[in-house]
Amino acid sequence: MRPFDYQRAERLEHAAQLAAGEDTMALAGGTNLIDLMKLQVETPQTLVDIGRLSLGEIADDGEGLRIGALASNTATAAHPRVRSDYPVLARAILAGATQQLRNKATTGGNLCQRTRCYYFTNIDQPCNKREPGSGCGAIDGIAKLHAVLGTSPHCIATYPGDMAVALSALDATVEIAGDGHERSVPVREFHLLPGDTPERDNVLEPGEIITSVTLPAPVGGTHIYRKVRERSSYAFALCSVAAVIDMADNRFTRADLAFGGLAHKPWHDPRIADLLIGSEPSAALFDKAADLLLEDAQGYGENDFKIPLARRTLTAVLCEATGVEA
Amino acid sequence: MSVHRKQDAPDERNVLDTTKQGVLGEPLERPEGLLKVTGTATYAAEFDAENCLEGVLVTVPVVRGKVTSIDRESALQMPGVVAVIADERLTGRAAQGMAGEAPFQPAQQVCYWGQPVALVVAESFEEARDAAKHLAVEIDEDGDEAPLDPDAVEAEQRKPTKNGDLAHAMTQAVHSVDATFTTDGHASAAMEPHAAMAQWDGQSLTVHASLQMLKFNRAELADSLNLKEEQVRLISPYVGGGFGSKLGISEEAVGASLAAMELGKPVRVVMSRQQVFQTVMRRSETTQRVRLAADGEGRLTGFGHEARVSNLPGEEFAEPVLQSSQFLYGGDNRLLQLEVARIHRMTAGSVRAPGEAVGVQTVEQAMDMLAEKAGLDPVELRLRNIPDKHPAKDKPYSSRKLAECLREGASAFGWKEGPRKPRHTREGEWWIGSGVASAARIHAVVEAKARVTLRPDGTALVETDMTDIGTGTYAILGQVAGEMLGLSLDDVEVRLGDTDMPPGSGSGGSFGASSCGSAVFLACEGLRDTLAEKLGIEASDLSLKDGFALWEDEKKAITEVLDGKAIEEIGHFEPGKSTEDYAVASFGAFFAEVAVNHWTGETRVRRMTGAFGFGRVLNARTARSQCLGGMTWCIGNALTESLLFDPTDGHLANCDLAEYHVPVHRDVPDLEVLLLEERDAAASPIQAKGVGELGLCGGAGAIANAIYDACGARVFAYPMTPDRVLAAMPEA
Ligand SMILES: Cc1cc2nc3c(=O)[nH]c(=O)nc-3n(C[C@H](O)[C@H](O)[C@H](O)COP(=O)(O)OP(=O)(O)OC[C@H]3O[C@@H](n4cnc5c(N)ncnc54)[C@H](O)[C@@H]3O)c2cc1C
Ligand code: SF4
Repeated sequence: MRPFDYQRAERLEHAAQLAAGEDTMALAGGTNLIDLMKLQVETPQTLVDIGRLSLGEIADDGEGLRIGALASNTATAAHPRVRSDYPVLARAILAGATQQLRNKATTGGNLCQRTRCYYFTNIDQPCNKREPGSGCGAIDGIAKLHAVLGTSPHCIATYPGDMAVALSALDATVEIAGDGHERSVPVREFHLLPGDTPERDNVLEPGEIITSVTLPAPVGGTHIYRKVRERSSYAFALCSVAAVIDMADNRFTRADLAFGGLAHKPWHDPRIADLLIGSEPSAALFDKAADLLLEDAQGYGENDFKIPLARRTLTAVLCEATGVEA
Repeated sequence: MSVHRKQDAPDERNVLDTTKQGVLGEPLERPEGLLKVTGTATYAAEFDAENCLEGVLVTVPVVRGKVTSIDRESALQMPGVVAVIADERLTGRAAQGMAGEAPFQPAQQVCYWGQPVALVVAESFEEARDAAKHLAVEIDEDGDEAPLDPDAVEAEQRKPTKNGDLAHAMTQAVHSVDATFTTDGHASAAMEPHAAMAQWDGQSLTVHASLQMLKFNRAELADSLNLKEEQVRLISPYVGGGFGSKLGISEEAVGASLAAMELGKPVRVVMSRQQVFQTVMRRSETTQRVRLAADGEGRLTGFGHEARVSNLPGEEFAEPVLQSSQFLYGGDNRLLQLEVARIHRMTAGSVRAPGEAVGVQTVEQAMDMLAEKAGLDPVELRLRNIPDKHPAKDKPYSSRKLAECLREGASAFGWKEGPRKPRHTREGEWWIGSGVASAARIHAVVEAKARVTLRPDGTALVETDMTDIGTGTYAILGQVAGEMLGLSLDDVEVRLGDTDMPPGSGSGGSFGASSCGSAVFLACEGLRDTLAEKLGIEASDLSLKDGFALWEDEKKAITEVLDGKAIEEIGHFEPGKSTEDYAVASFGAFFAEVAVNHWTGETRVRRMTGAFGFGRVLNARTARSQCLGGMTWCIGNALTESLLFDPTDGHLANCDLAEYHVPVHRDVPDLEVLLLEERDAAASPIQAKGVGELGLCGGAGAIANAIYDACGARVFAYPMTPDRVLAAMPEA
């Protein structure tokens, strides 16, 4: 860990001002940032502790729900409206990390958590995300956890989180405040693909702080979060599917799907909903959906298995949601 | 006074079955349990000393090379930094278990990625860590590429065991199996990271350390530092788990000692979690070929087990994969062959149940395949192949509960008899199946001494440098003494983990309880003789119970017999011919039920039964706990544990407990443990064998067999992660 300055923000404007400083990072629950600082992966000059800001509220927002950036993952998952109106979100959060971590982890921190790529977290290894231009250790290395969709020759890392996958399926919006401005970005556009700037995980500009996430009015339907992992908790997703599905007269009326563990961002492909909506569920249809999802998928050896795994997981979720047997 | 016994013949007297106290074997709580769960037991890094400095090891990201320069000056300019230690005596590898001499020196000769080469000492831990990361180290890297892939190098062959002609037996067999398995490497990281706090008074060195085998560790440390053993004292009353990683000394103990000697101040060194993973013992990955030849009844006519393991150049140790293949099953035509590939990964050494922990499960899978071919119940196949005598050496088994464990385990588990066909039960998305495996673990005993003092107040004190690595040593040594001296556990004090006390066996190889228990037993026999002498009777007529001496119709308080004077004995146990004349081992059986997800290949163990026979049970609670721990490791071994090495530069990638997957609570279902009482007179004077490691010798095979029974996926690679299960899953 490098020596650093610690500042505590008392008000939001204050936080945005402080965070705009050079080499400055916001500290929320610290469950990701502090670990990375110990490993010297993150080496901010200044930490702005935003933990005292009043951004912890979870409150109605019209027909929707606003989840404060500092609401703990535990509080969000346990919130009665989340449980009744957005159960996919509660399930996704509870599929992540451990109770102890979720008690500390926050909405904003969870969205901004960094990849678990082994080369990213080891400063003695090449990594374009950590040190642009140094190369990508994972491409020819241990890439079991890595992406098969939307990769670039510069980076094949995944966004590792679960919560954001559900938020993507729910089409939530990230509310952002900067020094003197505010803006809203759909979750589906919040995370970036690596392209040739893998150092950028998301659209936040220096000094910008997430203030909340807003969920649109509830849509009902069947909510599923399916996470495939190597052990039954405390492991990141090899592949995950968040699904909000509704049917009428044995036809899909809603098919909001998002995928975790496959890409540098929660993966959402609008063509899948277009395909499914209005159709009768069947094994053949599910196969077509998987074809669309995986059309451009590319494995890197160790993670080739994710392509058939994603297909099977998607099929399992659609079977579960529709009662089709495959 | 001292009572010495070298055990050259079985001790059939079973003295401990004639004593009256009734504490031995009881499921008593460990006396130090409360301290541990309340965080008040003091572990190595928690000992404090005035003006203690903090050291952090400097590691280098190079596989092979030589340190040519270290920029001390810049480091010394950094805040708080006191010294940079890069002494020639600094060790670069962990010592192998029971080495008793310095491990590889000098550390400046780099042999694996992440090797420590120096120590930075500062006023605070944070300053030391920052400076250690900054320290500029120049390395002359070896021009040649260091070999990293165990399958890509020539391997050294170890002496094989050969009987008859296996190849011929395979061609003649009615049923045969020829299968090749792989197991990934395992980490030995324990909950308590490696830590040492050293103090030097100009003459002698005292080190609070986290080590498993103090008498050997003392010799290793003295040899590393060019000191006499008498100058070194190690203190290690509590060890927060070892799993083999603390059998021998590692760099933190040597580094802390060198710094304390140079600076004349106490120095503490604690390894980071990553350093623990990257520098201490690993279990080698293995490739194993198992060949079984059988007649029409499934009786083995041939048995072959060949394994390739790896280690660093210069290391003698080779994962003893074939250890129990020597004696578990019959078959006249045998070939057992081990080979070692020399590659540049950190030292491979004895990690929890070296050998059997990866060697039994593959044989047990092959046995399952044979049972299928022969159309036999897998339990029945195993029962048919239990040999009458050691199959390669003409000697009898001392005692063996394998058949009983298989039968009683099967009945407790509710094993469905008969030949099996996979994919018989599906519950929703999940395929359900069950599997069996035998358990076997060699028996070892090691020379051990313990002093027992009967104090004038009628209480006893047991002292030895033996350690408690979380296994229950305090409890069981107290129970042996209490049983022999007629005292309740409250009246026996046990002191461990200090080289100022008589040298025990140390904790390793499951031999601690039987070896040190025997030393305590012998000391107590001596004390009983003395008491009898004081009473003017034959020792054989004396009973001791609840603080009283009893003989014929007489009764006298022990305090009265002592009459104000303490008596003490040192028990000195030495292994002798009895363990050579017999095939001595612990045995058992595992039964597992798993659910395999049809879509994702995820496997969850639903329940597991283990039945074990390991001689006398000294404490039913701590013995059961050992078995529970072992079975939990079986789950990790079968499903999740794997060291991931980078193919390009050989570094260990998953070096913390978030990324190296051991089972979490949710992975571990109800585990049922049956302890089958047994007396093994050849094993030790207290008729006990080892239990610590037995619980993880084979159980992964039961899980693998259950996966096959459930979904038809015969997976040949451990761990059986979802990708591997899916790849083997039949299409239809
Ligand atoms: C062992 C382990 C296992 C885990 N397993 C899982 C898992 O299975 N699934 C899963 O989803 N997650 C998992 N996590 C990750 C965990 O969810 C994240 O660490 C946590 O959500 C981060 O939240 P935090 O508040 O602690 O963030 P911090 O560590 O405080 O911050 C993380 C990042 O977010 C930035 N940040 C924080 N708040 C804001 C804000 N309001 N505006 C702008 N930037 C902000 C910080 O600057 C920093 O870059 C695991 C973590 C660990 C350590
Ligand atoms: S995959 Fe991305 S994060 Fe991982 S090493 Fe390559 S560039 Fe770095």
